[in-house]
Amino acid sequence: MRVALFITCFNDALYPGTGRSVVTLLRRLGCDVEFPAEQTCCGQMHFNTGYRPDARRLEEHFGKAFAGFDAIVTPSPSCAGMVRENYAEPMPVYELSEFLVDVLGVTDVGAWFPHRVAYHPTCHSLRGLRVGDRPTALLRAVDGLELVELPAADACCGFGGTFATKNVDTSEAMLADKMASVTTTGAEVLCALDNSCLMHIGGGLSRAKAPVRVMHLADILAQTAPAR
Amino acid sequence: MSTPVPTGTGVVWLGSPAFPAAARAALANTQLRTNLRHATTTIRDKRLRVTGELDDWEQLRDAGAAIKQRVSRHLADYLRQLEASVTAAGGVVHWARDADEANTIVGDIVAATGAEEVVKVKSMVTQEIDLNAALERRGIRAYETDLAELIVQLADDRPSHILVPAIHRNRSEIRDIFTEQMLHWGRPAPADLTDDPATLAEAARTHLREKFLRARVAVSGANFAIADTGTIGVVESEGNGRMCLTLPQTLITVMGIEKVLPDFADLEVFLQLLPRSSTGERMNPYTSMWTGVTPGDGPQEFHLVLLDNGRTATLADEVGRQALACIRCSACLNVCPVYERTGGHAYGSVYPGPIGAVLTPQLVGVEHAKSLPFASTLCGACYDACPVKINIPEVLTHLRAAVVASERGRTAESLAMRAVAGVLASPGRLRLGEWLLARGGRLLSRRGVIRRLPPPLSAWTRKRDAPAPPNESFRAWWKRTDGGTR
Repeated sequence: MRVALFITCFNDALYPGTGRSVVTLLRRLGCDVEFPAEQTCCGQMHFNTGYRPDARRLEEHFGKAFAGFDAIVTPSPSCAGMVRENYAEPMPVYELSEFLVDVLGVTDVGAWFPHRVAYHPTCHSLRGLRVGDRPTALLRAVDGLELVELPAADACCGFGGTFATKNVDTSEAMLADKMASVTTTGAEVLCALDNSCLMHIGGGLSRAKAPVRVMHLADILAQTAPAR
Repeated sequence: MSTPVPTGTGVVWLGSPAFPAAARAALANTQLRTNLRHATTTIRDKRLRVTGELDDWEQLRDAGAAIKQRVSRHLADYLRQLEASVTAAGGVVHWARDADEANTIVGDIVAATGAEEVVKVKSMVTQEIDLNAALERRGIRAYETDLAELIVQLADDRPSHILVPAIHRNRSEIRDIFTEQMLHWGRPAPADLTDDPATLAEAARTHLREKFLRARVAVSGANFAIADTGTIGVVESEGNGRMCLTLPQTLITVMGIEKVLPDFADLEVFLQLLPRSSTGERMNPYTSMWTGVTPGDGPQEFHLVLLDNGRTATLADEVGRQALACIRCSACLNVCPVYERTGGHAYGSVYPGPIGAVLTPQLVGVEHAKSLPFASTLCGACYDACPVKINIPEVLTHLRAAVVASERGRTAESLAMRAVAGVLASPGRLRLGEWLLARGGRLLSRRGVIRRLPPPLSAWTRKRDAPAPPNESFRAWWKRTDGGTR
């Protein structure tokens, strides 16, 4: 099986560490992953903001960049959802937790992360891809990790792509409520599947000097116990 | 076709600011946010309880969606069938292209009876056409009889929710409104009125009772109209609607053309979907149905006004037409994280919330409601809650594209989006863009975060730090290390 990593433009530019975590994790599970260098962007931002012709061109580029792969793995449910729901041609795209659980058939990936973690189900993973309990099953299997429940977990954090600046007041109001939920859990780490939502929540927590950091699922699953 | 398809009139409130500005004002009202949160979360939980107890809820939703799709495919046929059935049952059917035509028809009917006042059943469509103001101009006073609509009318206010139009008011405000305003409309409120809900309801009851007993003409909307029998249905909680529908001599029902259903048996589906989705009840307290005129029983004159007002134009849009399936349950409002915080007035339309954000721009034309399709994070909670499975996020992005197309690339945003698309067009340009981003980000960042971004991104850093871009992008790392192997 030829497996491609679709890093997403957003992670490529701002969160390359998450991409390295995906590579580390997949190799640890015996999966050789390729990085098609022609890839750029799925077109989600243009599509969701109303720029359909631009999105269409990026879709065509995506189709060429990932032609011939059996599986395209991406650490972003919203980008995976863009390809799955809005592309004219079907592409074998998998969000990371889907690929791990459904394709590789693993929930215990051999990770070690001795911290209190709360999990925020992003809207596109929860109601778009419907990844269900795959991410929490993966987190529960992490050695040392204590998973704590996030109140009102299914509420949107208020990011919404360009919504975050177009409707900045509403976005901030939603963020404030999400941050309040996060801080009541006493978690050290807030985990989610999309770094875009985490940039928004984490940016708010950082500004408020809250003692919680945000981490992508891949960045937790890539961690292993130190050798004895 | 030589006649142009009419766009809707009314619907939006003239002079309302765009959504972001209106939302800012609403968000500053902490009392409003507390009221809304309490009301929406309560009704949300009730809805989940009563929809969760049905094994066939998903099949009911599918059935509702399928019936509504059938109606939209054969709308003209079902409307003609409805006209024939209503006429055969002794009713009179009128066709109105827009708000003005509908208002003229209703006004003429009332004037012909000689009445100078009408009692009204809660109805969205008469809000849409602003019927009360049109009647007032002809010297006819319209009395709202739904408790919440009465509160809105007495306060010279606007509804902020489809089902509970006074959701933005608390009971002490309602007490003040009753005390100050009821005397101008009829029987005054009792002098010792408190904010106890039962006392407030009793004050409304006695105030309305004299109107019910005096009224010769009633005006209603319709939840359903059955093509094969000509039966009209109104679903309500208070019984005030039934007073209007049974006591006066003349009944005038105004309904959007999309409300028609093919067969009486279709009510089996919708009378389960609607109450459970709207009030979170298994069954609503009052369901009134009537077929034309029955001699010696109820109104002896019945008029049905079929209103287009932008619906035909909406039907012509293959993606957008699904919004016409809406049964006005307001489940999407109650689950919407945006509505929960801004309330309904921010939408500047009779139809607020997620369904309003897709319906309003289609009824009036996107150029008259440009900010509404963007008043959503596309979180999808509305789609999950919708009893007839309207894919609201899909319609939102579809309408966003229509808004952008209407602007013809003349905005700063479109220039920026074009520039970004150019960078993303090839990996070479993207690599250069990432290199520049990292250099720029380093100038702005302190200890790994950016506390202040320049315009137009400055909105981001009002209450959020931005991450400092890394020195090396993922693709640069992959190339340098040959995928981490060097």
